[in-house]
Amino acid sequence: MSGEKLSLKDLARKRDLLAPGHRLCAGCGAAIVARLVMKATRGPTIVACATGCLEVATTIFPYTAWRVPWIHSAFENVASTASGIEAGLKALKRAGKLKYDHVDVIAFGGDGATYDIGFQAISGAFERGHDILYVLYDNEAYMNTGIQRSGGTPKYASTTTSPAGKVIPGKLELKKPISHIMVAHRIPYVATASPAYPLDLMRKVRRGLEVEGPAFIHILAPCPRGWRFDPRYTIEMARLAVQTCVFPLWEAENGKYKLTGVSRSIARNPKMKKPVEEYLKRQGRFRHLFTPENRHLVDEIQKIVDEEWNWLLKMCQLS
Amino acid sequence: MTERLPGWRDIPIGGVAFKPSEEYKTGDWRVFRPVLNKEKCNRCYLCHFYCPEGAIKVLDTGDIEIDYDYCKGCLICVNECPRGALESVQE
Amino acid sequence: MGMRGKVLGLTGDEAVAYAIKQVEPDVVAAYPITPQTIIVERISEYVANGEIKTEYIAVESEHSAMSACIGAAAVGARAFTATASAGLAFMWETLYIAASCRLPIVMAIVNRALSAPINIHCDHSDSMGARDSGWIQIYCENSQEAYDAAIQAWKIAEHPDVLLPVMFCLDGFVLSHTLENVHTLPDEDVKEFIGERKFVKVRSHEGREVPFVLDPENPITIGPLDLYDFYFEHKRQQVEAMKNAKKVIVDVGREYGKISGREYGLLEPYKLESAEVAIVGLGSTMGTAKVVVDKLREKGRKVGLLKIRAFRPFPYEEVIKELEHVEVIGVLDRSLSFGAQGGPLFLEIRSAFYDFERRPLISNYVYGLGGRDMPPDLIMQIFDDLEKIKEKGRVDVLLKFIGLRE
Ligand SMILES: Cc1ncc(C[n+]2csc(CCOP(=O)(O)OP(=O)(O)O)c2C)c(N)n1
Ligand code: SF4
Ligand SMILES: [Mg+2]
Repeated sequence: MSGEKLSLKDLARKRDLLAPGHRLCAGCGAAIVARLVMKATRGPTIVACATGCLEVATTIFPYTAWRVPWIHSAFENVASTASGIEAGLKALKRAGKLKYDHVDVIAFGGDGATYDIGFQAISGAFERGHDILYVLYDNEAYMNTGIQRSGGTPKYASTTTSPAGKVIPGKLELKKPISHIMVAHRIPYVATASPAYPLDLMRKVRRGLEVEGPAFIHILAPCPRGWRFDPRYTIEMARLAVQTCVFPLWEAENGKYKLTGVSRSIARNPKMKKPVEEYLKRQGRFRHLFTPENRHLVDEIQKIVDEEWNWLLKMCQLS
Repeated sequence: MTERLPGWRDIPIGGVAFKPSEEYKTGDWRVFRPVLNKEKCNRCYLCHFYCPEGAIKVLDTGDIEIDYDYCKGCLICVNECPRGALESVQE
Repeated sequence: MGMRGKVLGLTGDEAVAYAIKQVEPDVVAAYPITPQTIIVERISEYVANGEIKTEYIAVESEHSAMSACIGAAAVGARAFTATASAGLAFMWETLYIAASCRLPIVMAIVNRALSAPINIHCDHSDSMGARDSGWIQIYCENSQEAYDAAIQAWKIAEHPDVLLPVMFCLDGFVLSHTLENVHTLPDEDVKEFIGERKFVKVRSHEGREVPFVLDPENPITIGPLDLYDFYFEHKRQQVEAMKNAKKVIVDVGREYGKISGREYGLLEPYKLESAEVAIVGLGSTMGTAKVVVDKLREKGRKVGLLKIRAFRPFPYEEVIKELEHVEVIGVLDRSLSFGAQGGPLFLEIRSAFYDFERRPLISNYVYGLGGRDMPPDLIMQIFDDLEKIKEKGRVDVLLKFIGLRE
């Protein structure tokens, strides 16, 4: 680990690079994520954003909330747009035409942009080894178009294209293990983070910027509208996801897995691990699970979470 | 009153945005307002980090100030403040 | 012409790659597809051998190729790509984005038919499908023109009155894989002709006039959400840029003539003086057609041709000026617009003459789809047909298919 030590006291005084006046929903997790990510930047930075809530609501023409150079090109191509930015900067530097020693390039993509439509572009960019930080803000559905399922929607969540109906209890498929897939790309840095733990999040962003080559940070971004909870509970949801091990905090530098923050504490003291029910029952998208007929589905989710958590523990010990 | 919008010759090319979002006040979205009790605040600044708007500012004095021009009233800060220094009040 | 520079035996693809080597763009992002592959292979070799400092991005798709060009051009780099057929179709969404973001990207299209059924040979369905995307389109008759276009394109695209991406098109296999003598310019002449990329100023959201480029010191936002209150105005700006491009293409073509001895414009009239019937077309077939015109002229027949070089912007006034005395016009299209009255070029030409008080008779000939050969005798037949129409004084069948088995 290198670089300066980040502290909340210092960062609190740093000017926001995502300005107020944007039009993300009240209590939007993605807004918190983007603010925190931008707070952790370290110098000249260029941001590329995929189509989605974050892009749409921060740049409603003629307004923009971005105090850094920013580009949106399309839904599925933020990784390739960022590849071009990085390669362009590299070429300009080589030709002596860049006035900066280094410019950080950050790509933001939602779960739709990352798990689904933009997956190929990310895989390509990572295989080619571009020095970019890809931030997945995961609100677990296509929120901008009205809460449709994505490859990142968790099992049994009700969305508008995986509605909980009389015979089908929401989305039947598992959430894609996106971050592990990114580790398998053998990029130097992959991490998960939650806005409930801002210092952990910002430290990881900084690390992602410091490493040479691609970095990927998967950040849970609870969406009050899509998950159906009162906006005041956004951070609570982000915290519960970690405390229940639904969304553990870890990082993998050069493929070496390591738990961080609360997840590390839970590994040491398993009694701290909360039942998934505490997380699920707070959200309208899982409401249908809490009927007598569907109770067993909650148990099934608990089983899946336990299995994945145990697998992660093994990965952390192994490496 | 309808504002006269500029014509095509008078806006930047390429869709370059020409106004800062700060000119768009989101404070009127608010139904409940968070109100700070300075006495209780111990300057942990968590509310500043949790605010989706960046509407909770840390002043040079180290005090916290809520910018009601932008606060949308999500009340995350009220819910999260470990000291109960923020309270919600109906507008 | 007695100019400096070498004469090289090059295929069309090699001629393009050679020109790009001399231009030495900052970034090339491309994905291979027949018949464009030679271009990207040669450029890769130049990079691998250290002959150019270009950053070559071997992207995983054409969609990413154009996306990477968008990113690169937005930070101020010169960006080039090349594609064909399915590759261009795959780029479709990003073509519009590149043009609307006013990024001066340059792209070579090696024309190839679109699937299905899959076909690797030449027709113009690919680039014609992109004619409304906001790109400037230049069609080349031979490898020399492709070489020359690959150099001029940058100056056109980056002109402050234009700032639009340019695609120049060369016919797949017919040009891309056929060896030709190409007059090249010395490297330094190319570099000097193109110069450094410059940036216009735009008003940023911080209220300052700043360079139109992603620069951390002067942040701007490119590609926001644009609704009914401003989107239309942005499109109108693109219309204006296209209009301006007409003059710029001519100016750049003239300036290029000074260093190369080969001057270019929006179109090229060939033996149109006193012509009574003429064909209009674009691409390599115009080379064959010139030979046919020569032969017929020798026999005393009053025929000529008009080659369209710039299809976007389309030179309406110039077309009328060249053809105002011609009685019958045969428009050659190497692509279809299914359900329309004729091919894309036909629609433009016919529309151009609507306001002209003496409207000529105009007939459409679609040929060469999927690489079907267009030998001189077929072109001869078209001239015969045009003369017959002239005698009759009317067009009985608007759209005819040339070289098709019934
Ligand atoms: C090629 C393409 N297909 C579909 C869309 C419509 N679309 C825009 S945003 C979006 C969903 C975005 O979902 P996600 O990436 O999860 O971001 P979120 O809105 O949830 O923040 C979709 C489907 C599009 N813009 N482009
Ligand atoms: S729908 Fe969800 S993700 Fe989108 S702006 Fe609202 S809270 Fe944020
Ligand atoms: Mg989403």
